[in-house]
This record gives sequence, structure tokens and C-alpha cells, in this order.
Amino acid sequence: MSVEETIKRIQSQKGVQGIIIVNAEVLICNAGIPIKTTLDNSNTVHYAGLIHQLVMKARSTVREIDPQNDLTFLRVRSKKNEIMIAPDKDYFLIVIQNPSE
Amino acid sequence: MEHVFVYTRKRREFGRPCHFSDRPAELIVDILPDAGLRAEFVERNPLPAQVQCGPEWSEHEVNTERLESEARGMNHVEGGWPKDINPLDMEQTMRYRKKVEKDEHYRSAIVRLGSIMEHYIKQNNAVDIYQEYFTEGQEEDDEEEEQEQPVARTISVFRDPGAVKRWVTALSWSPAGGCKLAAAYSCLDFQRAPPNMSYDSYIWDLENHSRPEMSLKPASPLVCLEYNPKDSHILLGGGYNGQIAYWDTRKGSHPVETSPIEVSHREPVYKVIWLQSKTGTEAFSGSTDGQVLWWDIRKLSEPTEKLVLDLSRKGDLGHALGCLSLEFETTMPTKFMVGTKQGLVVSCNRKAKTPAEKIVCTYSGHNGSIYALQRNPFFPKYFLTVAGWTARIWSEDVKESSIMSTRVHLLDGCWSPVRPSVFFTVKMDGTLDVWDFLFNQKDPTLSLKVCDEALWSLRVQDNGHFLACGSQQGTTTLLEISSGLCTLQRNEKALASEMFERETKGAKILEEQQREIRLKERSRSEQSKEEERKESEKVERAKELLERAERHFFHMVEGGRMARPGCPLRTQLHLLPSLLPTRSPTLLEKLGEEGVLAF
Repeated sequence: MSVEETIKRIQSQKGVQGIIIVNAEVLICNAGIPIKTTLDNSNTVHYAGLIHQLVMKARSTVREIDPQNDLTFLRVRSKKNEIMIAPDKDYFLIVIQNPSE
Repeated sequence: MEHVFVYTRKRREFGRPCHFSDRPAELIVDILPDAGLRAEFVERNPLPAQVQCGPEWSEHEVNTERLESEARGMNHVEGGWPKDINPLDMEQTMRYRKKVEKDEHYRSAIVRLGSIMEHYIKQNNAVDIYQEYFTEGQEEDDEEEEQEQPVARTISVFRDPGAVKRWVTALSWSPAGGCKLAAAYSCLDFQRAPPNMSYDSYIWDLENHSRPEMSLKPASPLVCLEYNPKDSHILLGGGYNGQIAYWDTRKGSHPVETSPIEVSHREPVYKVIWLQSKTGTEAFSGSTDGQVLWWDIRKLSEPTEKLVLDLSRKGDLGHALGCLSLEFETTMPTKFMVGTKQGLVVSCNRKAKTPAEKIVCTYSGHNGSIYALQRNPFFPKYFLTVAGWTARIWSEDVKESSIMSTRVHLLDGCWSPVRPSVFFTVKMDGTLDVWDFLFNQKDPTLSLKVCDEALWSLRVQDNGHFLACGSQQGTTTLLEISSGLCTLQRNEKALASEMFERETKGAKILEEQQREIRLKERSRSEQSKEEERKESEKVERAKELLERAERHFFHMVEGGRMARPGCPLRTQLHLLPSLLPTRSPTLLEKLGEEGVLAF
């Protein structure tokens, strides 16, 4: 299964508004670089920068409470939509979905 | 007798060190127990003792310093690129991206993450975790909650940014939702306005309490200010020098047009109201110089119509009554009411053919000038007036007295737009009272101290949830009222209309009785006048007695009327007719007879 297929499948699900793949270079400054995106540039940059910081914070929180633990998934539910973040060692997959109603 | 102990010492012995010496113990007194004394005491068993086990508390109040906050935004710029790649160069970034995409690690990671993500997306689509299951149960909860005490709490305070504090004389919510509040600032003390007082009035946005959203700069301080109910950008203000001006918030802080001084009012314009018209540009204003003027804001160079509030209907400005408040209800566009400085409410008809017929009738009964006048939004036949010492509710049909009244020193008041039986008043000592007269007629349901200085103006927002009141030091306080006071209860409309009708009937009956009595008095006094012509001394005595009887009678009527609210109406009315015709005429007849018989 290639990357393209995966992204296409996710995109075809109901309510999905956008997908962003961010490269998480921990060495350099706090912003992440968007590798692939289905949203427009300014929004992408916004999400990438802000979410990178959020994931770092969440991951360090989980790790501090229990060093054996690690963050597997992060959901941010808001009034208008839900931002779902799947973190990996070097990349994040961010999907913005409008919940069923 | 003074007890004096004289202690002497020789001078050469002053300052000498003390010499202490040991002495064996010496028994001074030995008191042995006396068994006989025991008989005078009684053993007390059990003996109550108090023990405090709880922690000690003390109460402290803390008020934080006012925080000035400002909203700032930040713009994210793309960052995190490796040093050798220029983020602005499209080609380089594209190349970098392509390189990353070819990485094997990238592919496996994304595929794995993708499948996890799909799981959660499908989960979201399957079940809504925030669904409300028991909405009926929630409604029942609300009904139980209404048994609680009604409360109102302050949400935010808007302070006058100028250095010299002015009074908030008028408040107006912006129409259709009301997230903006316009406040008019001026000093109504005659000629006591300090010289460097600023003339500005402000529009506040409810979210931002540190700085007004916009300021309006008139030629003289504004005494009243109103948003146009049809267009939320247009405001009309009446100034301290009698001029009317209107603003368009899109066009800036200076008025778009001001009326010229020659045709405006000669005293401060106390109230301005927009009229219901097709063009939405008509308004009318009232001032203490005795005139009510109609304006069309497209042409403010002269008023379209004029009315002089002269009760003798001669159009004489010298005898005119000063107007302090106006009332206009959009459902009855030809009628309007004026509350005067002299305590009369004048009801007028706009479409009358001659100026003399414009004034239809007056309602008297207030002792002080009428600061506020408003019809009940649910029952337009009844209106509320707020004057110096009372707030009264009147019915249109009964002209001589109010149907209900209260007893406090008030400055402004208004009905709640969502509940027909609730109204609010503000007082000279800074308290806000909420009255619910289905609940209690003599005392306010809720009394809340808003600030230490007098509160001059009060406005409820259209949804009935928020209210703003303005004080003498220029602070406008925004309050939120508990939901019990602003949601319509089940039978409220029916109960309120029943109560109103009952009170009106009572007032009408009393009025009729009074009229009858007055008629009888007149005929009796005419009779006694003839006798007066005969003998003077006897006549004076009869007059005195007559007056005394009158006073006695009116006193009884007043007593009957004041005891009326709260007592079942039927018994009072049942008593009164028996009191009046039977007692006083016989008394008077006796006097008449006495007068004749004495001579």
C-alpha cells in the first residue's frame, strides 16, 4: 500500500476536511515542516507550527508521568471540528474532520 | 479616705546596691478546710463543658487590580527548514519534499499511521460521543431550578476613560442581538460641569471592557442616545444644549448632521425615540423647555412637526410642562406619551387635526418629576412610570390614580422584555431592584447593590438576560440575571393580565365612588352656603365640621385603598359602599340640622 492510496482512502471518509503530513525535525526550531497537504498553504503552515508544539508537549507529559509510556494518538475536539493527530518518531499525520453531525 | 503610703529614704542611701540575704521559710497563714462550709455548696453533676474541635476560620476579601488587556495576534511563518534550504524558494522546498517522500522510513510510517487514523475516523462517524440522550429530563431539571433564589451578578464594568467623571445619562443596546452598548455621558448638574470635561460619548463592545470601541464627538455633551432599531449603524443623540445630531458609525466619530440651534430645543434634550416609519429615519425628541419636536434625520435643518405641552391647549410656552421622558410603542403608532417634570403623564395623539386636540388626557398622581415611562411590552394598555419616590403602574383607562405603587426613591426603570410581570428600577443609593409583582407587590424580589454612587440609567437587552446600568461616576455595569427571572413561566401571561384587570377594576370603582361623593359634597356645600349667608358664626362652625368630615372620609378611603393590595378585593369593596353613603350623609344632615336648630 503506498502513501498515495492511504491518503486517498482517508480523504474519502465522511467528514474529512483536510490532511497534513508534517516532518518533525526535533533538532531545529519548534516549527514542523509540512511535507504533504490537502489544505491551502497559509492554513497548513498555521496547523503545522501549532500542532507540532502541542504534540511535543503532550508526548513529554505522558513520558514524564510514566517513562515506559508513549503517546499513540491525540484528539482535539472543538465546537466546529475535530483535529486528530497520529504521531510517529519523525512524522505526524494530521486529519481535520467534521464529526458526523 | 485616701490610702497613702509615704516611703522615705535618706539621700545618701540612694543608688546603693541592694543586699539580699537568705531567710528560712516562714509560715504566714495556715487555713484548714472547714467541713461546715461544704453544706453551702451543691455538687453539680454532670458539668457541661465546651470543646471546640473544628478548625478556626477567618474571612478575607481580596479584590484584584484592574487588568488592562489587549488582544494581539501572531503570524506564523514557515520555519524548521534545514539551514541550507531557503523556505521562500519554491524549487528548493519542492526538491526537499520529494526527497523526503522517497525515504523508505517515511512510507512505512505513513501507511501505519494511516490505518490507525482510519480507525478513529470511522469511529467518529459511527458514534457521536457528545449526543444528548435525555433532553426531557433536562427540561424538568430547569423547572426545579426555578425554585432557587433569583440572582443577578455583575459580569463586567466599563469605566469612563476620561479624567473627569461624568454621569451616564443614557444607555442603548444595539438592535438585533445587542453586542454593543452605546452610553451617553454628560453632567446634568446645572452649570456645574467642570471646564475640562470631555464631550465624548462612547460605544462599548461587550467583550472589551478596557477601551471603548468607538467614541462619538458631539458639539455638546449628549444627554440621551438611541440606536436606530432598523439599522445598527445609525445613532441619534440629543445634546445638553438642545441640539439633535445623528451619527453613522461607518462614517466616523463626528456627527453626520446636527440640527441648527435656532430651531432646536432651548434646554437639554432629555429623550429621543425613533419612530416606526417606512423610511426608518423619523424620530422625536422631548425636552424640559416644553416642546416635543419631530425630526426626519435626512433633513435636520428643521423639525417636521412641533408640539407645545401646554395643558390649557393654547400653545403657550410659558405655561408648558417640561418633558423628561417620552414613550412610544410601535404597535400604536399614532399615540405617544410624555412624562413631565411636574409629575403628570400626558397622553397625546399625533394625528390630531389641531394642536389643541393633540393632548388627549393626563394622568396625575405622582409627586415628583417622571424619570422613566414605559409601556408593558406584553400588555400595552398598562404602563410603568418611575418618579421621585414611587414607581407606579397605570392603566390607560383609569386617569386619576395608579393601580399599583411602590415606595422607594427611584431614578430610572424599565420592564423586562421577556416577562410581563417583571420590571427593574434603580435608586439613588446605587441599588438595583428587580420587582416581580406576581410574587410580591410591596418589596422587590431581588435587591442588589451595584455601586456606591447613584445609578442614573438602566437598560435591559432585548433577550432579557443582560442589563446595563450607568452611574454617576461614569461607570457602566453589565449584569447577568438568573434564568428564573428571564424565562417566561407557564401561566405568567394569563396571571399577569388577570392581576392587571383586577387592579384596574378596583381603581375604577374607587374613582366612581370618589366622584359620587364629590358630587354629594358639592350639593351639600351649596346648601350649607345658603345657611352661611344667614348667620356668619354658625356658618363657620358648620364649615369646620364639614371640612373635618370630608377629611375623615378621605382618610377612610385612603385607608381602604392602601390596604387593598394583598387583601382580597371583594371584602374591601363590600365594606366601602356601606361606609360611604350611609355614614357621611347622615353626619352632614345632622350638622345641617344642628346649625339650624342652634339658632
